[in-house]
Amino acid sequence: MSRTKLVLTGNYASAYAVLHSRAEVVPAYPITPQTTIVEKIDEFIETGMLDATMVRVESEHSAMAVAIGASAVGVRTYTATSSHGLLYMYENLWWAANARLPIVATFVTRTLGPPWNIWSDHQDFMTLRDSGWILFMVKDAQEAYDLTIQAFKIAENPDVRLPVGIAYDAFVISHTAEPVELLTQEEADKFLPSPKAIQPLLDVDKPYSIGNLPKADYHYILRKNLWENILDAKNVIREVGKEYGELSGRDYSSLVEEYECEDADTVFISMGAMAGEGMDAVDKLRDKGYKVGHLTIRTYRPFPDHEIKTIAENAKRLIVFSRALSNGKGGILYDDVASTLYREGLRMETYDIIAGLAGTEVSEEDFMKIYHDVRSGKLDTGKSIFIRRGEYV
Amino acid sequence: MYRPKIVENLGEDEWIYAGHPACHGCGAALGLRHLLKTIGKNSILVVPAGCTSIIAGTMNAATFNIPFIHTAFGAAAAVASGVAEALSRRGRDDINVVVWAGDGGTYDIGLASLSGAAERGHNILFVLDDNEAYMNTGIQRSGGTPRGAWTTTTITGKKEEKKDIMKIVLSHHVPYAATASVAYPLDFNRKVKKALGIKGFKFIHLMAPCPPGWRFETHMTIEIARRAVLSGAWILMEYENGRMRLNPPSSNMLDKRRIPLEEYLMMQGRFKHVKEELLEELKRDVELRWSEIKEILEKQGKR
Repeated sequence: MSRTKLVLTGNYASAYAVLHSRAEVVPAYPITPQTTIVEKIDEFIETGMLDATMVRVESEHSAMAVAIGASAVGVRTYTATSSHGLLYMYENLWWAANARLPIVATFVTRTLGPPWNIWSDHQDFMTLRDSGWILFMVKDAQEAYDLTIQAFKIAENPDVRLPVGIAYDAFVISHTAEPVELLTQEEADKFLPSPKAIQPLLDVDKPYSIGNLPKADYHYILRKNLWENILDAKNVIREVGKEYGELSGRDYSSLVEEYECEDADTVFISMGAMAGEGMDAVDKLRDKGYKVGHLTIRTYRPFPDHEIKTIAENAKRLIVFSRALSNGKGGILYDDVASTLYREGLRMETYDIIAGLAGTEVSEEDFMKIYHDVRSGKLDTGKSIFIRRGEYV
Repeated sequence: MYRPKIVENLGEDEWIYAGHPACHGCGAALGLRHLLKTIGKNSILVVPAGCTSIIAGTMNAATFNIPFIHTAFGAAAAVASGVAEALSRRGRDDINVVVWAGDGGTYDIGLASLSGAAERGHNILFVLDDNEAYMNTGIQRSGGTPRGAWTTTTITGKKEEKKDIMKIVLSHHVPYAATASVAYPLDFNRKVKKALGIKGFKFIHLMAPCPPGWRFETHMTIEIARRAVLSGAWILMEYENGRMRLNPPSSNMLDKRRIPLEEYLMMQGRFKHVKEELLEELKRDVELRWSEIKEILEKQGKR
């Protein structure tokens, strides 16, 4: 069987990845813009293409709870949500990580209300920053497909045993169709381990109590173990990405995607859909002779400290675009990058650009305007700068 | 050798170890012991936050000798749904998936997930361990606290009636639902066995008195649980496919052959403040419940 290339939305690409990964239990509760993922998976199941159990739950809290129960028995488990759904699920998302359950989930990023707003920003996703989930943010449908398949392999690795989330922007990615090359089922089957290799926590032949009250000293070590495992997962992500690259021709062996960074004195850093605009801006600026590059953060947790350090050592300034805000502090991605620089002993010009909040578009012109204003000294380093459709606000 | 009927029926195997940290006289611990004797080792216990989060023991000691999973407070029925569906995918429908949840985890924060699981009809036995307040956090009122009862958040007595959880569960068309009491372990045992023989979502509401929460001496647990039944305040019954049947001794109490309600209430510190007027109201609550039952039985037609 040869590979097919279909024109798929980000959401359908995720659904196809779930199909090819042979997920076994899929609990889900509908929320815009996640719905078409789950509808498609339901179609796969009801037409006999996927042998899985769909659990149509009464809330996102229960969606993640069902996933926890199923994963604890050792079956391959997937769900998806967005925005308020993610926050309603929140307690159980942390539960899944601390219980070391290899659940895979898609988070279609959407602005939090009020007021009601279905468009994308990354505020919902960023609430998972500290949770223990391995977090990817992708910039197109192909990456959504590729990384969802890799996610199961990473999550189920016995040295990792952590839930993995794949995030992407509402509508711009979730509902925009583009050509996506799919693996054949045989290739996916060969790439992924059997779900039967997942060690169950609940086993009548080996009775354990899962989650009993710990002594504080012991619990501290459990927390430390998770910390070490999520850092060590960087290498697993690289290895799985490399292996996937050899199979598919699309390499994922780095936690980040570097674009024209090698000789750049100025590097944009962003994640998600806006990275495409950032790279377009780099092309235009390069045409005029400016030494500019773009770094896309694809693996957000564990954070690519080393990659950022390497880029920063060769550049004069970093311009970080955050699509989520820590109220009373600053751009969240900016703070991540800035703290990496400080920890690595690097001091340089950095700019905190808050863009794309509440679903406002971020264009290549925004990146270019910011670049010129930085170079002409109009913008202050370290200060949060709000730009909305080309205007400072 | 003489073997008491309870040992004969429930067996001598123990799935809950001695030395667990439940309070002296804990009704729930007794209920758990009898439940586990009935469900046996081929079972998985799913438990939300509550007293049993403590009873389960502290790491690395475990009270239960069967697989046991703690869940977030409102999540037990949903986690159990996932466990049941995953087991089914692995061809292990023979394993009993049993939720053991307190009144908070059932009447209040767990109600939505209970409703979802019941409506979807997963193959689960949900046991409500009712001690009529949030005992683990220090005796705060719940939707399952009866009218008049003192708790630390109703220091002059709860004003509202106990929620009728059975009606809520029955509205989901579950194949089996029953009440039980720790004072009647053989009845409880029979009901658990019956429930496990039925596929789908089953519900057993177990009354389990709590010495520190109800304010009584620790050796009185069974006596109080018994008087709850004998006074008619707690009614032993079961619904099979929606059809109700009373169980002994409640089945003999339709014609008011009951001990006075105060003989149940006045043994407990939580009702100490109850005077004439309120007592009459509480008696009316009990009468109302019994007249509802009469009505249901008449409607069904006697068999």
